[in-house]
Amino acid sequence: MAKLELRNVVKRFGDVVVCNGINLDIEQGQMVCLIGASGAGKSTLLRCINLLEPTEDGEILLDGKDIAVPGIDPQAARKKIGMVFQNFNLFPHMTALQNVMLAPRRVYKQSRSELEADVTQLFIRFGLADRMQNYPDQLSGGQQQRVAIIRALAMRPEVMLFDEITSALDPQLVGEVLDVLLKLKLEGMTMVLATHEMQFARQAADKICFLKNGIIVEEGPPQQIFNSPKQAATKEFLSRALK
Amino acid sequence: MSDSKAAGKTRRELFEQRQRRRSTAIAATSTLLVLLAVIIFVPMTPGWEKVQKSFFNGAVLAKTFPKLIEAFKLNIMIFLWSAPLIAVLGLLVALARDAKSPALFPLKILSAAFTDVFRGVPVILTVYLIGFGIPGLGLPRPWNSPYIWGSLALILTYSAYVAEIFRAGIDSVHPSQRSAALSLGLSERQVMRDIVLPQAVRNVVPSQMNMLIALQKDVSLLSFIGPVEIFRQAGVYKSLMANFTPYVGAAIIFLVVTIPATRYADFLLARQSRQRS
Amino acid sequence: MIKQTIFAAVSAALTASTAIAGGHCAAGKTLTDGKLTVATGNPAYFPWVLDDAPESGNGFEAAVVYAVAEEMGFAAADVAWVRSSFDEAIQPGAKNFDFNIQQYSITPERDEIVDFSAPYFTAPMAVLVGPGAVDTKATMEALKGLQWGASGSHTSVQKLMNDILPTKDLLLYGDNADINAAISANQIDAALFDLPTALFLSAVMIEGSKVIGQFAADESQGGDQFGMLLEDGNPLKVCIDDALAEMTSNGTLAAIEATWLQDTTGVPLIK
Repeated sequence: MAKLELRNVVKRFGDVVVCNGINLDIEQGQMVCLIGASGAGKSTLLRCINLLEPTEDGEILLDGKDIAVPGIDPQAARKKIGMVFQNFNLFPHMTALQNVMLAPRRVYKQSRSELEADVTQLFIRFGLADRMQNYPDQLSGGQQQRVAIIRALAMRPEVMLFDEITSALDPQLVGEVLDVLLKLKLEGMTMVLATHEMQFARQAADKICFLKNGIIVEEGPPQQIFNSPKQAATKEFLSRALK
Repeated sequence: MSDSKAAGKTRRELFEQRQRRRSTAIAATSTLLVLLAVIIFVPMTPGWEKVQKSFFNGAVLAKTFPKLIEAFKLNIMIFLWSAPLIAVLGLLVALARDAKSPALFPLKILSAAFTDVFRGVPVILTVYLIGFGIPGLGLPRPWNSPYIWGSLALILTYSAYVAEIFRAGIDSVHPSQRSAALSLGLSERQVMRDIVLPQAVRNVVPSQMNMLIALQKDVSLLSFIGPVEIFRQAGVYKSLMANFTPYVGAAIIFLVVTIPATRYADFLLARQSRQRS
Repeated sequence: MIKQTIFAAVSAALTASTAIAGGHCAAGKTLTDGKLTVATGNPAYFPWVLDDAPESGNGFEAAVVYAVAEEMGFAAADVAWVRSSFDEAIQPGAKNFDFNIQQYSITPERDEIVDFSAPYFTAPMAVLVGPGAVDTKATMEALKGLQWGASGSHTSVQKLMNDILPTKDLLLYGDNADINAAISANQIDAALFDLPTALFLSAVMIEGSKVIGQFAADESQGGDQFGMLLEDGNPLKVCIDDALAEMTSNGTLAAIEATWLQDTTGVPLIK
C-alpha cells in the first residue's frame, strides 16, 4: 500500500476539465515531481490532494483510506498533509513565530510553552533563529518561503505538497529553499512537488510525472524522463524547458 | 569621485530652489488677492450688514457659546455609547451575511434585509419612527426614553453601513490567505477569527473612521425627539433672539471635533495606499 | 344747478377719498399692488385657522386677517395666502409676504430683527398634561416635579427656565405635533401652550390629556401678546396698527375673539 494513492481523480471548473483521470502512487518517503506547462493541472491536482478543491470523481487514498469522499470533514486529512504555496501566503499581521505557532495551538490545542521549544528548534534547523520575531514584510522572499515551510512542518504532516514554491523567488534565493527541500527528503518526508526547477528535479526526485491537458502523459525515474523520454509530448516539453 | 556635499549647490538644486521661491511668491500673492477681494467686496453687497447681524453676530456668539458647549457634551455622550454598539452589531451583521451553513440561512436573509432597510430609509425617518413609535406602544418610564430609542435608531442605521464596509473588508482579504490557513488544518471559524477578520478590520479602519465622523454629526437628529443637544440648543437661541449666529457657533464646535478626525482618517487612508503599492 | 354739481362733486370726492382713504395707507406698500400677501404656518392649526384653510376666513387668525384687510381697503379676493416656517420669517432679506400671522409672541429681541404689529390677542399660557399626570395640582410646587417638554422655538421655554424651574431636564421638540407625540408616548408629562391651543389639544388631539391650569395673562413674561410679523422697517406696519386700533375701538376684534375662541372659564389659575 502506497502512502498516497490517486485513483482516476477528475476535477472540473465549470465546463473545463482540469484533471482528467489522474492515477498516481506515491510511496512513503518518495519525492515525486510534477512537471508540465502552466495550466496542465499541476496546481489543481495538489489542491485536490489536500481537499482545498473538491473532486468530481475518483479516490484519494491516504494510508489506504479515501479522504475525498464528498461531505467528509477535510480537517482530519489536512492535519496530515502540509502545503506550501508559490506566493508564501504568510499571515501578514503575525510574526514568523506566531505564523508557525497558530495552527498547532488551535488544532492540537497545545500551549505556547509546550510548543515554543519544538518550534524554536525548527527555526534553528532551517537557519532562521534570528528571524522569529520579524513580520513577513521584513523578510526576504527566500526567508518567507522557508518560514512557510516551517509553518507547514509544525503540524507534523506525513505528506508535504509544494506548489511551485520557488517560482516567485529571485534566482539567488532559490538555492536556500531547495536546500530545505533536500533536507526534508533526507529526513524521509513524503513529498509531492509541482516545479519548474528541472535541474533540481533531475537530481533529487524519485519519480517524475509529466502532465499535459489534465493527464499524466508519462511518469518514471528522472533518468528515463530526462534522458530518454518515450512520449513525443514529453520530448517536446523538455526540449523547450531545458533550453 | 569627489565629495558631492562640497561647498555650493548643484545645478539642479539651484534651479529647484528658484522654482520653489517663485511658486511660493505666486501662491502667496494670489491667496492675498482673493482674501482682500472677499474682505473688501463682500461687505459692499447690499444685504451684508443684515446678514452679518443675523449670522455673524459677535455679541450673540459670545453669549450663546458656553451653553452650546454644554449641550455638545450630550452629543459626545450619545456618540460614545452608540459607537461601540454599532461596531459590534455591524460586525455581527457582516458575518451573518457571509454565513455558509444552511442552519444559519434565516440569519443570512435577515441580515440582508436589515442592511437594505436601514441603509434605504433616511436616518431622520428612522429616528422618528423608532424614537416615537416604539415608546408609543406603551412602555413604562424610563424604558420609553427618547435617549434609548433615538440611540437605537442611530445604532441600527449605522450598523447597516458599517456591516457593508466590514463585508468589503472581508472580501478584500486575498483568498490565498484562506487557502493557506485551511491547509494547515484550521476550521472555517478559526480561519475567520484568526486570519481573515484581523486583516479585514485593519483594512477598513479608514472607511470606518469616515462613518464615525458622520455618526457624530447625525447625533443631532435626536434633537427632533426631545434631547437638548447642540442643534436644538442653537435652535432655542435662534428663536429667542431671532438670530442665526448660534447655528454658526454650533458649526464651529462641530468643526473643532470633525476636522482633526477627518485629517486623521485621510492620514490612515494615505498610509494604507502607500503600504499597498 | 351749480349747487347740485358742487354737491355731486364734493360727495364724489368724499366717496372717492373714503374709498382711497381705506387703500390710501397701504397703497404702494404691499409686495403686489392692490393685493395683500399673508403668510401663516404649515399646517395652520385650530382654533387659529380651521381645516388648515385660511382662505375660508374661518378661525381666529384667519378672521382677524380678513377684518384687517377690509379695514385697510382690500377686498377679500385681494388677500393671497402663503405658508412659511418661523425661520423664513426671521432670516434677513426680502420676504415673500407682507406680514406673517402664526401666534408669534412679541419679544424685544425679536423686535430688533423684524417688526411686529400692535398686539391682536393676549393669550395666557396654560399647562397641558398627559394622562399620567392629570391629578397634578395647579400649584408651582407641583409643576416643578413634572417631566416638561416644549417647542424649542417657543417663548414657553423662557417661562419654564425662569419661572417654573423644573427639577428634571427639559425635552425640546421642533413643533407642536412632536410635543403631542411625546405626550402620547408618555415621554413627557406636561407642556405649555397658549390657552386656546391647549384646550384644543386636550379636547381633540391627545386622549386623556387635561388642561390643569393657566397663568394670569399679565404675569406671563416674554410676551404672550401675539403680533403680526413684518419685515424690519416695513411701512405697512402703520396701516395695520391703524386698522387694529379701529377694530379694537369699534369692538370688531372682541367679536372675532368671542366667535372663534372658547370661553376660558373652568381652567384654574396656577398658584
